[in-house]
Amino acid sequence: MEFTLDLGKNQIDQIEKVLNEELIELGVANVILLDLAGNVIVNLDNGETTHDVYSLAALAAGNFGAVSAMANLIGEHEFSLLFHKGETESIHFSKVTQDLLLLTIFGKSVSLGFLRLKVSEAVKKIEALF
Amino acid sequence: MALINPKKKEVQVKIVYYGPGRGGKTTNLEYINEKFRKRIQNEMVTIKTYGDRTLFFDFLPLDIGTIAGHNIKVQFYTVPGQVKYNATRKLVLRGVDGIVFVADSMALRREMNMRSLKNLQDNLRSFNKDVRKIPLVMQFNKRDLGEQGIELLDIEKMNHDLNKVIKAPYFGASAISGENVALTMKKIISLTISSLKKKLEA
Repeated sequence: MEFTLDLGKNQIDQIEKVLNEELIELGVANVILLDLAGNVIVNLDNGETTHDVYSLAALAAGNFGAVSAMANLIGEHEFSLLFHKGETESIHFSKVTQDLLLLTIFGKSVSLGFLRLKVSEAVKKIEALF
Repeated sequence: MALINPKKKEVQVKIVYYGPGRGGKTTNLEYINEKFRKRIQNEMVTIKTYGDRTLFFDFLPLDIGTIAGHNIKVQFYTVPGQVKYNATRKLVLRGVDGIVFVADSMALRREMNMRSLKNLQDNLRSFNKDVRKIPLVMQFNKRDLGEQGIELLDIEKMNHDLNKVIKAPYFGASAISGENVALTMKKIISLTISSLKKKLEA
């Protein structure tokens, strides 16, 4: 059997630290680092959410794949950033590496601009860990 | 491509139900969802079109207990069976660890079964995977229809059509009544995680 990622406990700790410092402390409700097969690699939340993260990851991977296929149809390689806006909660997706996505769920108290900035900082730090 | 999380001591395994449209892939998962309710913490996710056909995929996570101290989470997916949705089928196959091929026993569907299997083979090849090597179980579904006077392919013939080269374990089944649905599921889980076990115990 092949394995997507052979992450050690230390690497996971480091990723969690980055996500915690950059995003949870900013007020984000839930952060999921997932692979494009739909597996949850790391999940952190603010302690107040009960989202079904496994289903979210499966759907997010499918969604990202579908949107990438749309990008190809218009001559783009991919759309590396997606954003879904809700009335109270919104979802932001960002590609981390070839196989990894970062999904962030946040409420009205977090500004999208600031979130995007923090996500891109977190992505850079996580990329550096691989 | 199973994912091991050494910190949470958790393993995620991806099993995909593949096969021609209207063959009963979603019905298999619905039966599992009902029968194993206690082990399923979350709702089954299903994305259907108006006509009750799977548009994108179904998704059902199941906790099957622990191996070598790791909590094993099996994630079941189905693909949309209709020919035109091949892009979606490929998306769902990404990172697959085990496959159940759900074939339709109706005599009329013989060609469609073979075409769908060929499609599986091609799609796996695009991920550098070999249909003969990946854990796979054949399920010849809709055996119950014989009682209603509908002409069915006999199991040996289906096995010859679809399984001559792959030589996977196979079962006649009826997803609608539940016959052999759990058996199919248990077989694919045991095939898929036997290689995982070696890795975890190492």
